[in-house]
Amino acid sequence: MTSALARTGVIRPDPKDPSPLRIDEVLVRKMLVLFIRDETTKARLRRAVVGVSGGVDSAVTVALATEALGPENVLGLFTPYRISSGDSRDHAQQLSEKFGFPLEEVPITEQVDAYFRAPKEKVDRVRIGNKMARERKSIEYDRSWPDGIVLGTSNKTELLLGYGTQFGDMACGINPVGDLYKTQLRELALSIGIPEAIVRKPPTAELWEGQTDEGELGFTYPDADLILYHMVDRRLRPSELIEHGFDAQLVTRIRELVRRNHYKRVMPLIAKLSLRTVGHDFLYPRDWEAD
Amino acid sequence: MSIRIAIAQCAPALGAVRRNVDMHMSWIARAKAAGARLVIFPELSLTGYYLKDLAADVACAADDPQLAPIAKASVDLDISAGFVERSADAKLHIAQGHWSGGKLIHVHRKVYLPTYGIFDDGRYFGPGDRFDTYRWAGGTTGVAICEDLWHVSTPYLYAAAGATIVLAPSASPGRGVAEGGDLGTAESCRLMDRFYASYLTVYVVYVNRVGHEDGIAFWGGSEIVAPDGTVAARAPEFDEHLLVGEIDPDLVARERARNPLLRDEREDIVLRNIAGRLGLPFDRRD
Repeated sequence: MTSALARTGVIRPDPKDPSPLRIDEVLVRKMLVLFIRDETTKARLRRAVVGVSGGVDSAVTVALATEALGPENVLGLFTPYRISSGDSRDHAQQLSEKFGFPLEEVPITEQVDAYFRAPKEKVDRVRIGNKMARERKSIEYDRSWPDGIVLGTSNKTELLLGYGTQFGDMACGINPVGDLYKTQLRELALSIGIPEAIVRKPPTAELWEGQTDEGELGFTYPDADLILYHMVDRRLRPSELIEHGFDAQLVTRIRELVRRNHYKRVMPLIAKLSLRTVGHDFLYPRDWEAD
Repeated sequence: MSIRIAIAQCAPALGAVRRNVDMHMSWIARAKAAGARLVIFPELSLTGYYLKDLAADVACAADDPQLAPIAKASVDLDISAGFVERSADAKLHIAQGHWSGGKLIHVHRKVYLPTYGIFDDGRYFGPGDRFDTYRWAGGTTGVAICEDLWHVSTPYLYAAAGATIVLAPSASPGRGVAEGGDLGTAESCRLMDRFYASYLTVYVVYVNRVGHEDGIAFWGGSEIVAPDGTVAARAPEFDEHLLVGEIDPDLVARERARNPLLRDEREDIVLRNIAGRLGLPFDRRD
């Protein structure tokens, strides 16, 4: 905790000052629990399905879901591939015990391997990783039928960088953690009782052996989050960030990732032909209710 | 003599007008049971806020039969509620009606339609063009719908025209969760309410809704701020709540005696200044 004095100063873009990222965890927890409860009910659903990987993002999501809907109305799915670590399984189980939700293990090794046995050419590991992410999501959607909603676990950092598989891990009915940067999510995780071992371990999608998010991205989450915060939340231009001492190469790289992957964050483009077109000028709220 | 009023901090359904009318009836009954002379509902309480294309589907004239139950219920106590008004020339407005004694006595059409950030009012609605005060048992009153209140000139014009009460029905989305402070939006609204109440010596009745629409949370926190700057009553954040409080005309008089800012206000200078800048004729009439 910092003193309230930190808020009396002007928020300046400073690569050495991560304090602007700090959040009021009590308020955020309350808002997210209400969000899950309200938006699930409005969709006329009563259960939530969460892919629990053993990582911090899904840990926070599943914990908030148990608080919002009751643990008996939350299904956790652990969907290991043969390279998934034993730690991941242990962590998923710990969460299930701590927050009281049922956890089911549904391995995806057989179907993924069967699919990639057919092609003659060498298959890039990214293709296998994407297939795994989509396989997992198809299981979550299957298990949500008929009265459950699939909760998203992509945080704001991943969404902005496009560090996720479209229609794979990024797919969901509602996403409670999508407006929290990774470092903010870690802070929230500790405050709601996610075990430290889960919060502190290096984030990984476990799509191939030895993969870590930060290794693959080539920068750390705290560095990326601070740049994204000033660029997105505070609307500073990349040139201004560089003037304030942020690493020029990193700022440029992050900006380019945000731009290049924007397609992952929006609905598919529909060719406009008629007088009124879904997505263009047929604009109804999703929470459209009826008498 | 104090007048008791009630704020219905409710969560309207988006696009379900009949259901919302029923919901209003139950809050009206509770307000009546609490002895209130007026019950105030938030912005667009009968339709929901983020309507988009639904705006045209739920719009109606101010005397439309679907609002008749509200008019009828106002025989027992005054009701201020929000709806989408379709004007005689078929424009859509965000409107707040005040029903009293079975009749609609005033309609305010939202003047400032926020169309930036998470707001898109200007795409779907036309702006109102006036800030008129009206009288009811509680005194002379002006209505500032949400963004209207953020424009300093709105409560100023009402106070200058003799209002002692500014009703501010809102649909304010909660955002800003930085450590070390209140919810960002709550901080801004409370500052505004207290400032206007103290410096214009009026009651500010801030009426916000709760619930979610398309992932956006309305934060509640309705409050009645007295002309001495004290918070006479405040509802919790995010939860439905019937907030009951008192409006005391004597307190307005005492505050204006102590702090006669309004008496000394030079509207002629304001007007001459603005007229001059806009190149409009201004004749001082004594």
